[in-house]
Amino acid sequence: MKSRRHIYISAALLLVFIFLGYFLIRQEKPDARFPFSFGLDLVGGTELVYRADTSNVEDISGAMESLKEVIERRVNIFGVSEPIIQTESAGIVSGNKEERLIVELPGVTDIEEAVELIGKTPILEFRLVQGETLISTGLTGQYLARARVEFNQTTNIPQVLLEFNDEGGKLFAKITREHKGELLAIILDGTVISSPVINDEITDGKAVITGQFTPEEARSLVRDLNYGALPVPIILDSTQTIGASLGEVALASGLKAGVIGFIALSLFLILWYRLPGLISVIALVSYIIISLAVFKLIPVTLTAAGIAGFILSIGMAVDANVLIFERAKEEKRKGKTSMDAFHEGFKRAWLSIRDSNISSLITAAILFWLGTSAVKGFALTLGIGVLVSMITAISVSRTFLFAIYDRN
Amino acid sequence: MSTLVLAGSFWAMYQYGFRLSVDFKGGTLTEVKYTEVRPMQAELESKITALDIGGFSVRPSGDTNYIIRTKELSAKERELLLGALGHGVSKLEIERQNTIGPVVGAELQNKAFKAIIVVVLMIVLFITFAFRKVSRPVQSWKYGLATIVALAHDVIIPTGIFVFLGHLYGFEIDLLFITGLLAILGYSVHDTIVVFDRVRENLRINEDKEFEVTVGKSVNQTFARSINTSVTIFIMLLALYIYGSAATANFSLLLIVGLVAGTYSSIFIASPLLVTFYKLQSKSR
Repeated sequence: MKSRRHIYISAALLLVFIFLGYFLIRQEKPDARFPFSFGLDLVGGTELVYRADTSNVEDISGAMESLKEVIERRVNIFGVSEPIIQTESAGIVSGNKEERLIVELPGVTDIEEAVELIGKTPILEFRLVQGETLISTGLTGQYLARARVEFNQTTNIPQVLLEFNDEGGKLFAKITREHKGELLAIILDGTVISSPVINDEITDGKAVITGQFTPEEARSLVRDLNYGALPVPIILDSTQTIGASLGEVALASGLKAGVIGFIALSLFLILWYRLPGLISVIALVSYIIISLAVFKLIPVTLTAAGIAGFILSIGMAVDANVLIFERAKEEKRKGKTSMDAFHEGFKRAWLSIRDSNISSLITAAILFWLGTSAVKGFALTLGIGVLVSMITAISVSRTFLFAIYDRN
Repeated sequence: MSTLVLAGSFWAMYQYGFRLSVDFKGGTLTEVKYTEVRPMQAELESKITALDIGGFSVRPSGDTNYIIRTKELSAKERELLLGALGHGVSKLEIERQNTIGPVVGAELQNKAFKAIIVVVLMIVLFITFAFRKVSRPVQSWKYGLATIVALAHDVIIPTGIFVFLGHLYGFEIDLLFITGLLAILGYSVHDTIVVFDRVRENLRINEDKEFEVTVGKSVNQTFARSINTSVTIFIMLLALYIYGSAATANFSLLLIVGLVAGTYSSIFIASPLLVTFYKLQSKSR
């Protein structure tokens, strides 16, 4: 009875792996729903890390969120495919001392062009003039719904009309109500463009900038404002560019190393452990298939370091099997049957496997925390690898082993 | 033997110091590929000197590439540098260019240091926890302590060797290096736990035997597994080193050195230390 059950489960597992393998191949077509996602170091591209100056902002996470949205909008307008824009907050958990914005642009290898693309956004602020000082009102380009060019009906000079969103409109009404008769400076990128007197409360959420604009200047200002005025100033901190050819080579050689290593490893296992070795190779194949499927589904961004982590984890995945087999050999020497020896092997080895893998998971978690993108990739593939290998090296090889040995 | 290698490692660190990469100290790293003729190194050096952008180093990489390290460059200086390298004149491809601000670099250095300490602490705590039921004849935190010593050994030796290689071939301590060290830590603990687990089991079976004998027996019993697992990982790492991407070649070399050190330490350092702790303990009674 028991052996029958193991045989059925084995057959079912085999079917599942074949199906997963088919899924992997299917999903490699150009329009697939779950393609592998590769890091910049493998496809080429540019990564820009900005430092955000949030010293004048109270709601930091809100400001960073809208900063992210604005940059996303800007990047999308320029048609970069699959950009990744992230913010990293300051604090003990992240280990950062400042708010950060990270922009990854696959395929863009001209840093200056990329910097231009992102950095040219104007910063719009409204400040109250009190003597020599300008006092922040909290009203910034963050609250802008849209901007457009108008021509003054009497003088025909171009002016820029700003429309705030609901929140901005309320803020603007409050400022104009409480500071009647004072000057409100409109500041663009740190320069005062105009400072009109507040005559009356403005409740419709509209403001007009009447600088000395030429029609061209007014139009380009409006375009820039509509692309998104940044809620906080950002300073470029570090840049990284990787040429596409370097990435291609890295990917191809990573693949090659994986295949060759796997073949050598399989030979070693089969020569050393014979039939159980063959079974651990099957468990290993299932490990590779499951891991790759997980990478696709999450999706995990694969980097050169990530692939190295995965290749390393293949070596480590075997460890559980080696532990079990060595233990089984020992038990056999004590005079037990193969069947009993393997049972004992699985039972006894479990504690070591559990404890040692937990320590690996601890390491992976801390690496993930440390990470820039390259290190995160390594940590993630290693961590997923450890988890998957606990399943495959134990349950999968156990099922197959018992299916075969029971029958004999 | 271990003492000798350790001493050598310390000497290398003291003598040559750490060559930190731009990851940690800030600066600009530019790698260019000449698809037709690669100019002479001296020629490039004199051209870059003429730019007056401070100290720099030019190193050939492979047959077609040069890696140029400079201080942190502005956009304009980057353009000047590429111009001097012959951008637009020679057949030139920019393979990669990283610019890292000194603040970010210093912060990362700090973070890397913290990460190593946190990993070590967490692992020791975990081992103390995992072996909490085996307090006799040696308390469980001593298992943790023995592991730390083994870990220190496994980190210091590869670092020493890499500092030495850095002196010879210009290897640098970058973020990937720290990643490698942490991976070694993980592996080494893995290995040590397997041996200690066997000690734990043997103690349960025959409590009347000498502690020393039990430990020795456990090491013998796990020896084949230690070697075989190391061989399997070694095979993968070797493949990665020989066939893998150039970006991870030094990384895999580091892991290979760490693997050897880690396997050695779990057998010849962690377990004998347990016995030493036991003896110290019984003497003081």
